[in-house]
Amino acid sequence: MASPTPAPSMSIWKPDVIVIGGGLHGCSAALHLSMRGVRVLVLEKDHVARHASGVNAGGVRQLGRDVAEVPLTVASMALWHRIGELVDDDCGFESHGQLKVAENEAELAGLEARAAALRALGFHHEEVIGQAELRDLVPAIAGHCVGALVSRGDGAAIPFRTTFAFRRKAIALGARFEEGAGVARVVRVGDVWSVETTGGDRHEAPILVNCAGAWADRIAAQLGEPAPLEVIAPMLMITARVPPFIKPVVGASGRTLSFKQFPNGTVLIGGGLLGRAVRDENRTELDFSQVSVNARTVWDLFPVMRGATIVRSWAGIEARMPDQIPVIGPSGTQPGVFHAFGFSAHGFQLGPIVGRITADLITRGGTDLPIQPFHIGRFAA
Amino acid sequence: MSGHDFDLAVIGSGPAGLAAAALAASRGLSTVLLDEQPEAGGQIYRAITETPVRDRHVLGPDYWHGAELLGPLRDSGAAHWPGTTVWSVARPREDGADGGRTLQIGLSRNGTAAMLTVRHVLMATGALERPFPIPGWTLPGVLGAGAAQILLKSSGLVPSGRTVLAGTGPLLWLLAWQYLRAGAALDAILDTTPRGNWRAALPLLPAFLRSPYLGKGAKLLLEVRRKVKVIDGVTDLRAEGEGKLSAIVYRQGDGAEQRLAADTLLLHQGVVPNLNLANATGCAQNWDETQRCWRPTTDDWGATSVEGVSLAGDGAGIGGALAAEHAGRVAALDVLHRLGRIDRAERDRAAVPHREALERALRGRAFLDTLYRPADIFRAPADDTIVCRCEEVTAGAVREAVRLGCSGPNQAKSFLRCGMGPCQGRLCGPTVTEVIAAERGVSPAEVGYYRLRPPVKPITLAELAALPKSAADIAAVDKH
Amino acid sequence: MFRRLPDIAGDRVSFTIDGRPAEARSGDSVAAALLANGVAACRNTPVSGAARGPYCMMGVCFDCLVTIDGTGNRQGCQVRVAPGMAVETQDGKRGVER
Repeated sequence: MASPTPAPSMSIWKPDVIVIGGGLHGCSAALHLSMRGVRVLVLEKDHVARHASGVNAGGVRQLGRDVAEVPLTVASMALWHRIGELVDDDCGFESHGQLKVAENEAELAGLEARAAALRALGFHHEEVIGQAELRDLVPAIAGHCVGALVSRGDGAAIPFRTTFAFRRKAIALGARFEEGAGVARVVRVGDVWSVETTGGDRHEAPILVNCAGAWADRIAAQLGEPAPLEVIAPMLMITARVPPFIKPVVGASGRTLSFKQFPNGTVLIGGGLLGRAVRDENRTELDFSQVSVNARTVWDLFPVMRGATIVRSWAGIEARMPDQIPVIGPSGTQPGVFHAFGFSAHGFQLGPIVGRITADLITRGGTDLPIQPFHIGRFAA
Repeated sequence: MSGHDFDLAVIGSGPAGLAAAALAASRGLSTVLLDEQPEAGGQIYRAITETPVRDRHVLGPDYWHGAELLGPLRDSGAAHWPGTTVWSVARPREDGADGGRTLQIGLSRNGTAAMLTVRHVLMATGALERPFPIPGWTLPGVLGAGAAQILLKSSGLVPSGRTVLAGTGPLLWLLAWQYLRAGAALDAILDTTPRGNWRAALPLLPAFLRSPYLGKGAKLLLEVRRKVKVIDGVTDLRAEGEGKLSAIVYRQGDGAEQRLAADTLLLHQGVVPNLNLANATGCAQNWDETQRCWRPTTDDWGATSVEGVSLAGDGAGIGGALAAEHAGRVAALDVLHRLGRIDRAERDRAAVPHREALERALRGRAFLDTLYRPADIFRAPADDTIVCRCEEVTAGAVREAVRLGCSGPNQAKSFLRCGMGPCQGRLCGPTVTEVIAAERGVSPAEVGYYRLRPPVKPITLAELAALPKSAADIAAVDKH
Repeated sequence: MFRRLPDIAGDRVSFTIDGRPAEARSGDSVAAALLANGVAACRNTPVSGAARGPYCMMGVCFDCLVTIDGTGNRQGCQVRVAPGMAVETQDGKRGVER
């Protein structure tokens, strides 16, 4: 497929880094590298933001993350709050907090334990609130909910617009993008990586970054390192526009839910119930028995939604790792290769910081954030 | 579990669906005919069982032919569920417990959603009017000519104030003729057929001369032209008014702007396949350059790229009502063969008369398609024209998105929300494809089309939440 | 803007439009009944507030959305008018509680 992006003229311009994958993480890596004067070529097999990066729920969430991710999510949140300075676009980011509601005392106790555990590690962004404050923040919440865990600095953004903004800024700083350019083969030739595309083009660069999302295991396999990702298709549905009635993003501690209203009035319902991904066909199938479970959760937690109209449902294609945390950092087997994939359905918020980490690793040889838990070597035989 | 509720579900009860369901059921397939409308007939035979228009000359013999399709359906034993909205058809899951041999249909009836399991789905989803985006086409008082015809057929309503028809294509002239028969006055017909189309269509004329439509069409056209002011060669058109249509502004050729006061403007520039359900089911589709539209890809039995899903009638490419009827029978014979009721030889033998009739009905179609091909400016309008009525996105915004790097309708949709409203792209999809293609200077085939998603018609959260999960739950729902 | 042909079959049906008494024929859709009663605009859009009325009459355009017997966002062209039915025109976004 042709792309409006001008094709790089290879005779003059040679990239320092080839990024495989034009999702948010690929675009963020390209942006941060370009900010440092590194010449980046992004190869995208479809088009930028075609899969998970363009169609996810847009939650910008620190709340409830794996403790290994907490230092990264906190650092990324700081970037989100100044996202306009980074990409010249506010990305539709709004910060009205995220909550995880407890429907009974047992769930509330679990949330209290979680907040305490984070405090012990020195993080204070998650707090427990009682029923009264929950009602203040979310007047539409069902009466039986007893409290919630809240992260007040959290929010939501518009995924496609965000990914597009990262791409645009990267291009403005000199990065080049080739869309419709799948990677067929990666080989080491002397000091450089040679990447052959499905269209038969060949590109070379000393550094390779694997941001191929649900297809990243195929790149890793060519480098001789296992990446046992599972291809998943989290489902979402959206309503017709209704008058604004809720500001924060709401989840539940005992069930799967992500619930939020966009400024235009539409309400997005998701949370990670899965359809089926057919990645070789770029296709997902919805499972309406699971969509129905999601609808019942909303029925229970937001009685005002019972007459709402669902206009669309969909699923994106994502990679989930066995331990539910991503792969970030240098290859365990090859020089000049860095990974950033497998975000397990919660990578959107991490986009800004992981691109910077990758740029740090490439230009400075290290990062001040703790990324050891994300090393791909954890899956080595 | 027994595995399925019916052998075959036919979706849509226009000519293709009526003929297909009757044939399949009469040959022993347990068949259900699903349709969103309260009565059989589709749009072409809308209200055929109950139209309040008593004078049969008003709607004409082609309309009343539709009544002949109802007896065979009744006699066939097919179940007929009108008032049923199909919002999803799921293709077989290879990893399904049922071995992928069945399909699941999500449907809504009387405010209750249910899943129906069938062995085969035959979509007969028909056509809808090609979008006719001009400035002001969203004003109250501006309707599709097809919409006006539905008002006539189902309610006996005709325009009462100053009325103008504008556009191109057979339906525009048929409606004018029906209005004349009914005694309704028309102020003018603004014919937007590009003058150059005649040149392009001329080589195709010989086939059209043998078409069953020729005689009737010519007579009808002459009668309308004799009785109504027809302004040919209209190259520019817009509707004006504050909260409601009050005037129509147009130009003839390179002439100066003319203004007509009007209460009702009825627009038409042909019909395109209603492909949302097929698209959302995953059926491959292709760009038809002659008809300037996307059509689901089928073989000559109507089989789509999705196992167990076939398509017949205008939903598979515009051929008209008679062609749809015969194509419905051809597709039904193939379903009978696929489900093991008849062998291949019998299918082929039985299809012969239907194929001959289909060929006759399609004769001259290319001439009509070429003659009535809408002008570029009415398929890819000027920047200030709204293309997406739901989200109020203009052609200019789409072009700007292309300049920012959106190379196809799906990126434009993500970027601008065009196609994200409740109509799910039905009223903007063809236009957005054409605008992007023209802006990029490539073929519409290259820019592609929206990836549509179920539910293809909105359903309430309450219906989804109450969706039965097990086969026993489904059986408990009143499906009749 | 639309008138009924003379010599038309069908029973008269009484209903209301924004509380005002109105008359239709059995078999009319709500959208047809609105047009027959001179109501060309039945809602304002939630995007810009522009007035809209029935456009396609076959369930595809969603411009004839009205509130019927208290339920908002119903497609007027897909619902048959019934005796005593309360039809309300819509202004912008419907509340989720409707």
